[in-house]
Amino acid sequence: MSVVAKREVSFSVNGRPESVQVYPMARLLDVLRENLKLTGVKEGCGEGECGACSILLDGKLVTSCLVPVLQAQGSEIVTIEGLADSGQLHALQEAFLLYGGSQCGICTPGMIVAAFYLLKQVPHPSEAEIREGLAGNLCRCTGYQKIFESVVRASNHEEVTSDE
Amino acid sequence: MEQHVVGTSVPRKEGRDKVTGQARYVDDLTFPEMLHGVTVRSPIARGIIRNISFADGIPWEEFTIVTAEDIPGRNAVTLLLDDQPYLADGKVNHPEEPILLLAHPDKHLAEKARLHVRVECDPLPAVFTIEESLRRSAIVWGEDNVFKSYAVEKGDVDGAWTAEDTIIEGEYTTGAQEQLYIEPQGMIAVANPEDGVTVWGSLQCPFYVHKALLSLFPLPKEKIRVIQLETGGGFGGKEEYPSMLAGHAALLAWKSGKPVKIIYDRAEDMAATTKRHPSRTRHRTAVSKQGKLLAMDIDFVIDGGAYATLSPVVLSRGTMHAAGPYECPNVRIRARAVATNAPPHGAFRGFGAPQSIFALERHLDKVAQAVGLAPEELRLRNFLHQGGTTATRQAIREPLQLDRIMERAFEISGYYEKRKQFAEHNQNRPRKKGIGFSSFMHGAGFTGSGEQYLQSVVGVEAMADGRARILASSTEMGQGTNTILSQIAADTLGIPYDQVEVGRPDTGEVPNSGPTVASRTCMIVGKLVESAAVGIRQTLAGSGMLTEPYTFEQFRDACAAYTSRFGPLRSFSQYQTPPGIHWDDEKYQGDAYAAYAWAVYVAEVTVDTVTYQVQVDDFVAVQEVGRVIHPVLAAGQIEGGVAQAIGYALYENVVWQGGRMANHQMTNYIMPTAADVPPIRVHFEETPYAYGPSGAKGIGELPMDGPAPAILSAVENATGVSFCHIPLMPEAIFESLAKASVWEAEGTPA
Repeated sequence: MSVVAKREVSFSVNGRPESVQVYPMARLLDVLRENLKLTGVKEGCGEGECGACSILLDGKLVTSCLVPVLQAQGSEIVTIEGLADSGQLHALQEAFLLYGGSQCGICTPGMIVAAFYLLKQVPHPSEAEIREGLAGNLCRCTGYQKIFESVVRASNHEEVTSDE
Repeated sequence: MEQHVVGTSVPRKEGRDKVTGQARYVDDLTFPEMLHGVTVRSPIARGIIRNISFADGIPWEEFTIVTAEDIPGRNAVTLLLDDQPYLADGKVNHPEEPILLLAHPDKHLAEKARLHVRVECDPLPAVFTIEESLRRSAIVWGEDNVFKSYAVEKGDVDGAWTAEDTIIEGEYTTGAQEQLYIEPQGMIAVANPEDGVTVWGSLQCPFYVHKALLSLFPLPKEKIRVIQLETGGGFGGKEEYPSMLAGHAALLAWKSGKPVKIIYDRAEDMAATTKRHPSRTRHRTAVSKQGKLLAMDIDFVIDGGAYATLSPVVLSRGTMHAAGPYECPNVRIRARAVATNAPPHGAFRGFGAPQSIFALERHLDKVAQAVGLAPEELRLRNFLHQGGTTATRQAIREPLQLDRIMERAFEISGYYEKRKQFAEHNQNRPRKKGIGFSSFMHGAGFTGSGEQYLQSVVGVEAMADGRARILASSTEMGQGTNTILSQIAADTLGIPYDQVEVGRPDTGEVPNSGPTVASRTCMIVGKLVESAAVGIRQTLAGSGMLTEPYTFEQFRDACAAYTSRFGPLRSFSQYQTPPGIHWDDEKYQGDAYAAYAWAVYVAEVTVDTVTYQVQVDDFVAVQEVGRVIHPVLAAGQIEGGVAQAIGYALYENVVWQGGRMANHQMTNYIMPTAADVPPIRVHFEETPYAYGPSGAKGIGELPMDGPAPAILSAVENATGVSFCHIPLMPEAIFESLAKASVWEAEGTPA
């Protein structure tokens, strides 16, 4: 039986360089949560279905439960913890807070990261584009209506700040 | 000072932590020297355990191993009948029954070790369906496989069947449904004889867990402490099962002397924890030529799984809703909860009502057709009104205008126009459109005398700096408990919303405000918050330190003065039955619920007769829930419930194999995604309820009841075929439409 040794893997997370001693096939999800204490990244299913563990890996939206940490070597990672700018909520976070996009909150970090990715691709998405863009992130609380509304509001930042 | 935060959509109390990823759920916590626990479960559905062995290749000496023999107190999960053991003791009754627990510092090794424990059993005959259980092909529980039965009698059903009336019969069935909260169940325990037992977890009912642990350990009640952490969805799934899980974590902690965390992965959570009860309902109805309901004979059966758990009360709510919001002089409801060798079925939003309401609403469409009336016309001729009586002879005292709710729902959805339009559209088109509706009610609070037994208590504390803290065991799991209770307290005290906070539900710190279930938090607990807050105001006024009207600054000064002179200022309030509410447990008659929410839901669908798939295109939900405390949260409750019920109606199919859920993954148990749900248009008719806080009633479960029958009614409108089972899978539509087209080709069968 061969013994797999831990090795050093380096990447940047939310703009900070990080280096961890890990088994190369460890799930990136576990490394983020356990080694780096980024517990905003959630596990809902462990098989890439629910999207609760969504992060950006070199600008691409991925489910971190399906990524072996070795694959992240040298990459740039963004998690929910990296969206707020020194305490100032991102427009999406503000909108989810004000318009009911978050209920129990367990899908919220992954959902907001997925929405963040969507708005980078399509700054003013149609409803169909939002539905399609978020179809990889499951929410059992909201029925998605308030999530769509939050994304629309965030895509027009001025509205977020002017209402209520 | 007048504040009006009730009725506005203030930001969710814990919302900022949730949108930034800072909210802490059970799996986000780690304790020093913590072990990870896993559960070894039964290999078969029913049998006698012959041998347990530990295979080579695992350092077993490093493990903490717990079996039934290690249990210091009673080996029964305390609930209603105490028939379910924490760990099987010689015998197993379902294929996910816990037998043995393991704990180790390395969670990957713990999981590997679980697969190296071999349990050998001698099988016993088992039953897996309602029919097998009723037939008693094997007796698997008690003397007759029946956990509980109820009989409701109104008028004289047997005397009501006459030759002139039309008699319509039907049978309707519903499948199991998984709650599928996105955060799987989890618990952390610290336990030893000196300090007692403390658990932190994802749970709905801290005092249920407390009561269960109290009989598991030989400890006084103050040495058991249950703390709810941020909870990632519950929907009833975290009402009873957390007692089992807390017991398991605590048993491992007790034996090892170390903190123990157990987090289920998705597969274990779906397979082993409770699901919605499958059901079978038979209706026999007499209706006059004018479309008046004359007699309803209803036989309602639910599958409770291997142990009683909450089945008696799920059955009760299902029974109370079985005859719906209709006036009928003669009603008989016979209800039974039966045992099978599946994991126990349990609480799930709606709690028996979605099952019995599905059957009734499908059946009434059939009744309407039999007497040549449109489905809405039959409802209009039989709706309950103020002064009418329900099946349990509850007199409706409040103004009730279901016809107006229906009118509103039809107006918003364009129901009448679409009925006409679709009839034309569907001619010779493979994608057929349909529109259908359901009308229904949902009782708020515990059924019958439940609230009187609970005697819930809530506290409000006014602190020296003028802030108020709510003390209650009612849990936030996404539905908005923290926010709405704070709104009610803020308005009652006349202070700003952001000056109110909610204490963490911790049995060591808060009074028992009852479980967070049964659409009771807003109406019952909210009312207690209101009266406790009134108590604070009265105390301050009585002490002469505060004169009305006052500003927040004056309130704050009064709190400072009061607390420095007399100490902490706390006010507690206990549940009192509203006047005129009576329930007779013996006769099973009376006021089943203090108040009901009333609703009419309309669904629009497309049925593809090539792929046999159903898509819900539009959904309108109109309801009367009393006064709405928080419009965004309230609409969120309805939208989320409707989406969950669309899954119940069309997608969520639990596949059973020998009592075990075969498709226990998110890849093959399909819940609605953002691409599957239609626009859900929510409208509230607000009629303030005199005994609710600011006039509010309950809301949480209501949206689970109506969508499935409305969708199947729309499918019938589209295809001309009446389906009587949910989930309605494409296979069933294929079979039925393929048969119909063969008949068309070969002539209708005799």
